[in-house]
Amino acid sequence: MLNKKIAFAIAFAALSSSVWAGCGIDGGRVSIVGNEFPAIQAVGSAAAECAGGGVEVTKNLTADHQKINVQGMTGNPAEYTTAIIANSSIVALMVDDVIRPLDDLVAKHGQDILKHQLVTVDGNIMAVAFMANAQHLVFRADILEQAGLNPPTTYEEMLVAAAIIRDMGLMQNPVGGAYKAGWNIAEEFVNMYIGHGGEFFEPGTAKVSINNQAGVDALHMMKALSHFMNPDYLTHDSNATSAEWKAGNVAIMNMWGSRVGPLKSDEVAAEVASNTDIAGPMTVGGGSIPAATLWWDGWTVAKNISDEDAEATFLAMKHAVRPEMLNDETSLLAVWLIDGYEPTTASRGVVAAAQMGTKPYPMVSYQGLLHSALGAEIIDFMMGKEDAVTALADVEAAYTAAATEKGYL
Amino acid sequence: MKHKTFFWFFLPTAMAMFLFIALPLVSVVSQSFHVPHDKVLITVENCDPFGCTSQTQIDHTLTQELYEAEPLGKWAGLGIYFDRGHLAIKEVGEMWRGSSDLGDFFSTLKNLPFYRAMGFTLTFTFVVTPLVILVGFLIALAVNSLHQRLKGLMIFFSLLPMIVTPLIGSLILFWMIDSRGIIGTGLQVLLENPDLSLKASTGLTWVTLIIYGIWHAAPFAFIVFYAGLQTVPKETLESAMIDGATRFQQIFHVVIPHLVPLVAFVALMQLMDNFRVFEPIIGFHAEAHATSLSWIIYNDLGGETRLLSSAATTSVLTIIGVSILLAPVLVRTWREFNPKG
Repeated sequence: MLNKKIAFAIAFAALSSSVWAGCGIDGGRVSIVGNEFPAIQAVGSAAAECAGGGVEVTKNLTADHQKINVQGMTGNPAEYTTAIIANSSIVALMVDDVIRPLDDLVAKHGQDILKHQLVTVDGNIMAVAFMANAQHLVFRADILEQAGLNPPTTYEEMLVAAAIIRDMGLMQNPVGGAYKAGWNIAEEFVNMYIGHGGEFFEPGTAKVSINNQAGVDALHMMKALSHFMNPDYLTHDSNATSAEWKAGNVAIMNMWGSRVGPLKSDEVAAEVASNTDIAGPMTVGGGSIPAATLWWDGWTVAKNISDEDAEATFLAMKHAVRPEMLNDETSLLAVWLIDGYEPTTASRGVVAAAQMGTKPYPMVSYQGLLHSALGAEIIDFMMGKEDAVTALADVEAAYTAAATEKGYL
Repeated sequence: MKHKTFFWFFLPTAMAMFLFIALPLVSVVSQSFHVPHDKVLITVENCDPFGCTSQTQIDHTLTQELYEAEPLGKWAGLGIYFDRGHLAIKEVGEMWRGSSDLGDFFSTLKNLPFYRAMGFTLTFTFVVTPLVILVGFLIALAVNSLHQRLKGLMIFFSLLPMIVTPLIGSLILFWMIDSRGIIGTGLQVLLENPDLSLKASTGLTWVTLIIYGIWHAAPFAFIVFYAGLQTVPKETLESAMIDGATRFQQIFHVVIPHLVPLVAFVALMQLMDNFRVFEPIIGFHAEAHATSLSWIIYNDLGGETRLLSSAATTSVLTIIGVSILLAPVLVRTWREFNPKG
């Protein structure tokens, strides 16, 4: 199983170690654009340590990074010399051809970067991954115990557990989920569809094919789950779902690994925080592949900049994710793919996801178009206005219109 | 004014209008007629921390050659206008043939994004605009009849809804109407229905957005009408009173005729504003139930996909929509101010 690589790397990375002798940059410009969650903030701060002595480091870490990174790297010279991206968002940079292959820089400076961190496309190294993320089960140990249940390993068990918890009067809406119309609910469909063994496209083409039994089953499972959710679920993103969890209204949910830390923080009621526990992602419909996706976050180097700036950027970013940046505080922020990272209790869910053979989110340029179409068109089914087949036909039609416009079909 | 003087006087304005109105329009329209070139796809081996897979990618050298030959993109003509995301000529035709009666036709029409957005946008525009005028007028009458000392304070408070940024205002209300928020819970208790959720039902979401729209825009109508009320001729009012007109009769026969030009002005502004309804949809997270043309443009431009031609086409359609909506009011105003023409 290829995914064992990551599990192996996470578990045994501690065995090897390397020594870093400063940033080693002579001069140049480093400008970072990326998301703003705590793990990336830590990476940005570490890169900023390289500033001084002819090296200029600036960073723009914002939740809207995807709206500015392509434009910010299109000019010549590019405004941003590096973009921190994930497996879904790297494709936008590759479609517009604004990032450079890193093979020569890796050969010159990057011998100590772990092999599995290098993201290659058609044999060229395009990014260096530094952390992994996945959605997995989060549960309230005390509620499940009161109901006499084990943590569910399949979505079918989750439904049974939810019904028991509701019938016992422990909670009215025990299931949580980021089902907000748009990106979030589309992501849940992607999870559920992969869990049912579905393929999104006809092999080798951009032709969509989701209107099949796997798609229908995925939608029906999502609807069944929604009956145990807060009635406002179509407006709940990860933040709102986390708020519901902190308020003690939810007992089981599928949630991002990187979001679990705040659920156990001091500001949450002790009863909720101390009983919040995690396990690997669930399977569905008797399948063996979890109904979830694996994600990596990594950094890239812009194409339209001088070789000096590219080298400075490479060295600064390499410095930012060097093994020495790991300490008691940063280790808890993410599941790092860096040499020397030892899994913490908070990373158990993501590690389990990797070990169970969870598929990575597809790194395909037109997947984003399908994701948008899903986010808009499956809502009618969730609200009971359409049957599953019609909703999926709408998704296919909406995707086909968008992909035709973009020149994929 | 001499022609030469007029020319130099008008030149800066003309330049600004050309740069900031004409050029962007030309750019948007030309963009809506073009789409990106066909992508040349190849299958390659990709490796990431979780293993290697073979996936379809774009061949940049070949795609780049197409772009150098035709930098604007591929000519699409009205292709984007007629595709499923916009006017959907083909789909509408099929629905027309496939539906048994008009009601059936309109309910299937809601399945297409453009018509779904138009359905909400037009409902919103035609419910909110008259109600804003009515509510604004009533507030103006009420404030105008207050004691002089109270007026300043009341004007300030009446203007508050307009001062609050729409996105912030709607976000605050969004949390208040949550089924666990103060208004949401209050309604559940009042109506004795613990499952009531304003956000889960399409109808109630529309009502919420419409009420928000009135709440937000009423101060604008109020302040315009209040200013108008200061110019109502005292003599006419007094003579009406001497003739024994009641307060209602005074308002109906003296005040309202005096304010009619202002009503046209407020209606014009409100039709334009409400047709572009956008912030409340984002603030109330109402995408599942209500969309508008502006929301479609925002959705096309944001995220990872960026459908630029689609956004340009929707923008042109919005401009056409606003022009159609404003035409009757503009024609009327033109006639009023040019009685001879």
